[in-house]
Amino acid sequence: MAGPRRSPLTRLGRWLIVIGFAVLLAFPFYWMAITTFKQTSDLYNVEHDPFVFNAAPTLDHLRLLFGETLFLRWFWNTTVAGAAVVAITLVLAVPAAWALARLTGQWGQQLGIGIFLTYLVPPTLLFIPMSRVVSWLGLQDTLWAIIVTYPTFTVPFSIWLLMGFFKAIPRDLEDAALVDGLTRFGAFVKLVIPISVSGILTVVIFSFTLVTQEFVYALTFISSAEHQTVGVGVPIYLVRGDVYYWGSLMAACLITSLPIAVVYNLFLDRFIAGFTVGAVK
Amino acid sequence: MAVTGAALEREAPRRRRRVSGATRLGVALFSPALVYILALLGLPLVLAFLYSVGDVTVGSVGYEFVGLENFRSVVESPSFRRALVNSFVFTIASQVIVIVCANALALALRERFRGRGLVRFLILLPWVAPISLGAIGWKWILDSIYSVVNWVLAKMHLVNLFDPPMWLGRPALAMASVIAVHSWRMIPFSTVILLAGLTSIPKELPEAAAVDGAGFWRTHFEITLPMMRPIINVALLFGVVFTFTDMTVVYILTRGGPYDSTQVLPSLAFQTGVLGSDLAEGAAISMFLVPILVAVAALMLRVAHRAEVV
Repeated sequence: MAGPRRSPLTRLGRWLIVIGFAVLLAFPFYWMAITTFKQTSDLYNVEHDPFVFNAAPTLDHLRLLFGETLFLRWFWNTTVAGAAVVAITLVLAVPAAWALARLTGQWGQQLGIGIFLTYLVPPTLLFIPMSRVVSWLGLQDTLWAIIVTYPTFTVPFSIWLLMGFFKAIPRDLEDAALVDGLTRFGAFVKLVIPISVSGILTVVIFSFTLVTQEFVYALTFISSAEHQTVGVGVPIYLVRGDVYYWGSLMAACLITSLPIAVVYNLFLDRFIAGFTVGAVK
Repeated sequence: MAVTGAALEREAPRRRRRVSGATRLGVALFSPALVYILALLGLPLVLAFLYSVGDVTVGSVGYEFVGLENFRSVVESPSFRRALVNSFVFTIASQVIVIVCANALALALRERFRGRGLVRFLILLPWVAPISLGAIGWKWILDSIYSVVNWVLAKMHLVNLFDPPMWLGRPALAMASVIAVHSWRMIPFSTVILLAGLTSIPKELPEAAAVDGAGFWRTHFEITLPMMRPIINVALLFGVVFTFTDMTVVYILTRGGPYDSTQVLPSLAFQTGVLGSDLAEGAAISMFLVPILVAVAALMLRVAHRAEVV
């Protein structure tokens, strides 16, 4: 652990980089926080030092946000859509990943890579035909439009992620269950799924956060404010005409971002393991 | 091990019989996902191609093949040419910034230190928070009148507070702002990927070099960097896809303006195909994303393949 002594200069450089980037990268969130609690007259005065409270802090922006906007509605929509997308993703991805990891041999590996590549197909390539498909299904301007389409990017990545988890389970364990008289499918349900809970939880968090982060499909398929998600509702519908209610806007951004960030942060290393494919051993 | 081997051999015939049943089960478990992906990813992909060579608008019911007509009219439009150039400028500039910054940051974060968890959380915020909300935060920071950036610069006597730079209102500044905000968003992602790569390099190697008298830069460029090549490639490939195909930052900060100066291919496709209801031309514009995606996918396969062979 005690490697060679670093020169003071290297250490100083390291600290400058770490602190510099931490400040730069987190600054907008600090700014959202300070804007949330500032009085409007304080915000819109060029003479005022923007870093401090020139007038007493206020809860007006929060009151406006929760009382007079659709923010809570958007929050609820996002939660519902997130839960539904998670459910669809699990139902499709868990069995598929196990099938590819265990039952289809070399062929499964190839298919797995193919599935992974579909994760790279972006919404901005598909949104035009997809909006047609959505209207054929009669789902335009409903929350269902995104519940049905979001799994197109949660399922492929989840299959890929879970394949890794399932492959790490010793095959002998499953074979032992077969000897004990379980069917292969029984072994999957009673043995494999319970010991893969952490992998499945990763998929749950991953899918849910992707739903909160998606912007393009929700913007394209949903045209009325009350059916929107937070990610589109806040930046698009909290702006009336040319008037930006910056206090409430920043409050909404902060309140939504922080919980997502905290949860995502806990699971980050596992997502990264999915992204790095085979490049890291 | 030998015992297991012998046991396996004895069981071989039974195993083989079971394989066909297992394969059938595999197909049954895999097909729901496959059907879903084919219906909602494969079908739209085919439609995207068909629309780009057909005559479709939102109101139309029929479909008429028009060959490359849409592409011809798209390529002739100045907006498209601008967007094509902008897309490359946007992608290349932000990826250069991201890879350089992420490298420095990953190296600095490599060793454990007190408060590393908190620092990591702060650094990751731009990536883990929804980008549309982060971008609206930047829109406020870069506001034409109340920009905190201008306030700081004015205090340093670098700008005149009563005639401040319009970060999102002047073509060159707007492009720079959009690139900066997108880089802000992507740096954390590349940093964690590179960190994952760094931890897989055996520590003894750079240390041995240091003992042999190689300085920091020499160790970095001759040992660490070459060993990180594959992982840098991975970060870069994902970065290119997530940048070239993204429209969120542009749409929220500038809507492609002023005068199309920050318009990129995805935002132009959105404006044409969704807001302008010209599905065919919108689809044709989106098609220009495909060559980049195919190239990235091919390179990605090579990286994955090489990593598995080694």
